[in-house]
Amino acid sequence: MSRRAVRGLIALPALGALGALLAWGASGLAPFGHFHGFYGQLLNAIALPQRHTTNTVTAIVFDYRGVDTMGEELILFAAVVGVVLLLRDTGKPTPQDVARDRVGSDALHVFGVLGAAAAILVGVWLAAFGLVTPGGGFQGGVAIASGVVVLFLTAGFRSWRHVATEKALDPLEGAGASAYVALGLAALVSGAPFLHNLLGPGQTGTLFSGGSLSLLNWAVALEVAAANLVLYTEFIEQYVVALVRDRGDE
Amino acid sequence: MHFLAYGVAVWIFCVGIYGAIVSRNLIHLALCLSVTQSATYVLLLAIGYRNHATAPIFKGFENRTKGVDPVVQSLALTDIVVSVTVIALILALALDAHKDADTVDPDELVGMHG
Amino acid sequence: MIAATLILVALGATAVALCLDPLRQIVLSGIYGLLLVILFVVFQAPDVALSMLAVTTVAYPLIVLAAIRRTRK
Repeated sequence: MSRRAVRGLIALPALGALGALLAWGASGLAPFGHFHGFYGQLLNAIALPQRHTTNTVTAIVFDYRGVDTMGEELILFAAVVGVVLLLRDTGKPTPQDVARDRVGSDALHVFGVLGAAAAILVGVWLAAFGLVTPGGGFQGGVAIASGVVVLFLTAGFRSWRHVATEKALDPLEGAGASAYVALGLAALVSGAPFLHNLLGPGQTGTLFSGGSLSLLNWAVALEVAAANLVLYTEFIEQYVVALVRDRGDE
Repeated sequence: MHFLAYGVAVWIFCVGIYGAIVSRNLIHLALCLSVTQSATYVLLLAIGYRNHATAPIFKGFENRTKGVDPVVQSLALTDIVVSVTVIALILALALDAHKDADTVDPDELVGMHG
Repeated sequence: MIAATLILVALGATAVALCLDPLRQIVLSGIYGLLLVILFVVFQAPDVALSMLAVTTVAYPLIVLAAIRRTRK
C-alpha cells in the first residue's frame, strides 16, 4: 500500500477520537438557541445610547474591542509583508512580455470600466455606512479591492499596472495601519486611555455617528483594500509570468 | 437541532484535517486548511444564536428587541478577512517550493540541505 | 431552514476536502462559500455574510488560480 493510503488509514481512527473529544466538549455548551451570555445582551442594549451607532457589531469591532481589531490588522499587515518578501523578486514580467497580454474586445473594455466603477462605489458605500447598516471597514475594503480587480479581468495587465503600482499601494497600506495606531496614541496623548473615543458620539444614523469610531473605520478600510490589492498584484504577476512562459515555449 | 449545529462544525473540522493529511498537492492542502478554518466560524455563530432573535442592528426600531450575540460576530468577521492573507502566505510558500523543486507534491519535497 | 442549510454546508465541506484536483476544488470552494453565506444570513449575521461573500467569490479564486497556473507543468 502506498504511504499515502497508510497515512489515510491511520488518520481515520485518530480523527474519530478527535471528533469524539470535540463532540463531548460541545455537549457541555448551552443548548442551541438558548445562549445566555450576558456580555452580548448588555452590548446590544447600550451600544446605541452610548455610541449612537445602530450597528452593534461595528461598535464592538472598533470601540468596545478596538485593541483586538488592531491585533488583527497587524496580522494582515505581517502576512502581506511575508507574501511580498517571498514573491516580489521571482521573475517579474518584462515590458515586451507585458505587451503580449491584451484584451481584444472593446465592449469588454467599456463594460469593464463601468462595472469596476460601480463595484468600487459599492465598496466605498459599504465602508462608509458600516456604522448604520451592515458593513464596515473590513467588508468595504475587500469589496473595493474586488472592484479594482475587475480592471485586470477586463482590460488586461497593462491597464492594471497603471492603477496598482507598488509605489502607490505600499505607502497606502502603511498609512492605513499606522493611522489606526496613531488614532489610539492620540487618545493617549490627550490623557485618556489608549483608543478612547476622542470626538464624542455623533448623531445617530449619519456618517459620523460614533466619533473616532468612524475614523478608525476608514483607516481599516484603507488598509484592508491596499493590503488586498498588494496581494492580488503579486499573484497576478505570477500568473502573467506563467502565461508568457507558456507562450514562449510554443 | 443542538446536536446538528455543533456536530456539523465538528464534522467540517475533522473533514478538513483529513483532506490535509491525504493531500497530494500543496494547493489542495491550503484549501483544506481554509475549510477547517470555516468550521470555527460555524461554531462561533452557532454558539451565539438565539431563537427568534434578529440581527444586532437596530436601525429604525426599538433596541430592546432580542438580538443574537454580537461579540462572536465581530470575532468571525475580522477573522474571515485576515484568513485570506494567511492562505495567500501558504500559497506563496508553495510557489517558492515549486520554484526550487519543480513539484508541489508534499511527499516528493525532500528536506533542505545546508 | 437552519437544519437544511447546516446539512448542505456539511456536504459542501466534504466535497471540497475530498476533491483532489485543485482546479475543480476551487470551483467547489466557491459554491461552498456561497452556502456559508446563506448559513450566516440564516444565523442572523449580515456583517459576517458580507465579508465572506466578498472574500470567497473574488479573493480566493484569484490567488488560487494564479498559483495553479504558475505551478502547472
